[in-house]
Order: sequence, then structure tokens, then C-alpha cells
Amino acid sequence: MNAKIRKIGVWIEETHCEGGKTISPPTRKAVAAAVIENPYAGQYVDDLSLLMDIGADLGALLGEKCVAALGITPDQAESYGKAAMVGENGELEHAAAILHPKMGAPLRKAVKKGAALVPSSKKRGGLGQDLDIPLGHKDAAYVRSHFDAIEIRFNDAPRANEILVAIAVTDSGRPLPRVGGLKAEDAVGEDGLR
Amino acid sequence: MSKLEVRKQVLAIEEIYHEGGPVAKTPHMRGAAFAIIKNPFAGRYEADIQRFMDDLRPLGLQLAQRLADALGGADKIEGYGKASLVGSAGELEHGALWHAPGGYAMREVLKGTKAIVPSAKKVGGTGARIDVPITHINASYVRSHFDSMEVGVNDAPRADEMLLALVMSNGPRIHSRSGGLEASDIKGEDGLK
Repeated sequence: MNAKIRKIGVWIEETHCEGGKTISPPTRKAVAAAVIENPYAGQYVDDLSLLMDIGADLGALLGEKCVAALGITPDQAESYGKAAMVGENGELEHAAAILHPKMGAPLRKAVKKGAALVPSSKKRGGLGQDLDIPLGHKDAAYVRSHFDAIEIRFNDAPRANEILVAIAVTDSGRPLPRVGGLKAEDAVGEDGLR
Repeated sequence: MSKLEVRKQVLAIEEIYHEGGPVAKTPHMRGAAFAIIKNPFAGRYEADIQRFMDDLRPLGLQLAQRLADALGGADKIEGYGKASLVGSAGELEHGALWHAPGGYAMREVLKGTKAIVPSAKKVGGTGARIDVPITHINASYVRSHFDSMEVGVNDAPRADEMLLALVMSNGPRIHSRSGGLEASDIKGEDGLK
């Protein structure tokens, strides 16, 4: 583990009822998030390869924690997303270095396959700020029932020299999908789009 | 009436490795299990509300068991607390209905604890958070275990809902060093010391 981790949070959210209708089985989303030290807080550094390696470590750790929290096998994961919030002494580019170059491969291993782009968001923020993690179907990005998001928030993070890194995994789409589009059961899941 | 309607359940677990000091090999853990339920008394004043406590008992037991399991089992739990957050069409008093079912559920799952379960309650809007106090399960004065955990979710409580939460922890604060009664020195008989 290249990151100095201060804390890890795991969140499981189940929706049992929506719009007055019972959702059975409930739709479920998991988030695993790590609060880490930003090794480059307060300084400009050209080479961000350490953060890229941290991204790989956290892709595996947080992806596996989500799957474990849902109590599913990796192939039962249906959608995923990732996000990072950099504390005030860091750069947006630090979030990019964690999220984009190396996080995807280990995350895909944790959820098996994952042909689709992992949707992501990033921002700079302070303690207690909300971070919305976008969600999309893991094998076919156009599956409309699985477009969603989940919020994560820690009252005590990120401090100025920290980064909050989060991965979300679900075993289901939205509770009552009815806006049409590509259905999960009709997706081929080879090109990552349909 | 007043059958329990659960819209959501959330389980939140934190593993805390350090807070600027030495990094722990095994993290301090604390967690919350909470449910978003329909408030059967929302929008009106009703004098007799106590019957709803019976409806909440199974929910309390389920949340307590789930939370203890997620933190490594009932025998690992050293701190606890509970809270309720009532949506805008409800009364603070509705939140007080969680005292008995929430508290007894944790005592049952944790095999009989001595200390009072610290609690908080308030009325709040969608996305509000509530800080749930935590104290030692057998001796309220144990200073190392005084803590709290913030609980809430972006889409609750709606006006006619309540958020009911249980919180547990597995030990002292990560860098506890403020003195006072230590967990190793308690008698654990009167629930205080």
C-alpha cells in the first residue's frame, strides 16, 4: 500500500420502498472510501506517479470492500463509479492521477469484467463536504436503468493535506426504472457501450 | 395502523487507523446502522403514541445484530449510542419512541450491558445529519470511549419520515490520552464506573 490511510469508511444503502411501492429485493449500493494523506499537498510536482500507484492500490482495496459489503460474487456487481475530493492544499490534478491512469484495472478485477468506462467525478473541497459518485452499468455504459449516483460524506475529511477517494459498486439499478433506453438484459457488454 | 414501513436501511462502518499520531495495526472501528421509516404520526397531534414502540422492536433487533456483526461480533463491542431524526411533519416526541426499542435491542444483542445508552434526537430536514453520542457499554464514565458519530443520508428524513439509528464502537478513541477512568479499571456494576 503506497498510501498513508487515516481512515476507511464502508457504506451500504438499501432501498426497500420508493414512490410508495415495495422494492423486493431491495436495490443496494455500496461505497468504500479511504481518507489518505496527499503526499504533494502544498507543492507543485511534475511527476505524479506515486499518486497513480496509490490509485491502483485503492482500486483493488476499495473495489473488494464494496463487493464484500454487498455479500456478492464479483460477477453479480452491476454498476460502478469512482470519485475523489482533494483537500484545500492539493490540486485537482492529484485526484486525476489517482482516478484515471491505474485505478480501473484492479477495480475491474474486483467486479469481474467491467467493459464500460468507470464514470467518475472529482473536486476540491473541505471537511464535511459532499462528494457525489456517478454510477453506470459496468459492462454497457448506455444501460439507462443503471445511471445513478451516490453521495459520500465524512464530517472530518478531507483535511487540507488529505484526499478522499471513493469507489461505489451496486448489485442493481435504480429502484423503479421506467424511462426506457437500453435494458440490462439486452446489453451485449463487449464494447463497453451497449 | 402504525405498521412499520421501512424505506431504506443504511450500514456505515469506519476503520480509523490514525489521526495524525501513531498508525494503529488494527484500526479503531465504529459504525452505524439506521433505517428510514414512515412516521405514522406525521402531520397531526396524537396523544397516545406508545404502541408504536412495539412495532419498532424487530427493527431495533435487526439493526443491532447487523451492526454488531459488521464490527466483528457482539463480543468486540465496547461503546454504543442511539439517535432519532424526525422529519418536519413530526414531533420531537415521536423520536423519543426509539429509546426503549433501540436501547433494549442493543442490550439484548450485546448480552446485557450495564450503562445507559447515550442518545440524541432532533427534528430536521432532508439531508440533515445527527451526531450520535457514544459511551462505554458498561461504565458511562470511561473517558477513553466518549465519542460520537455523525449519521444521515442525503434524501432523508422526508417530512413524514424518521431516521432511527444505532451506533457501536469497538474500543477507545484512536489516540485516547485524556486520562480519567480507564476501561481496565471499571467495576461495571452500577453502569457508571
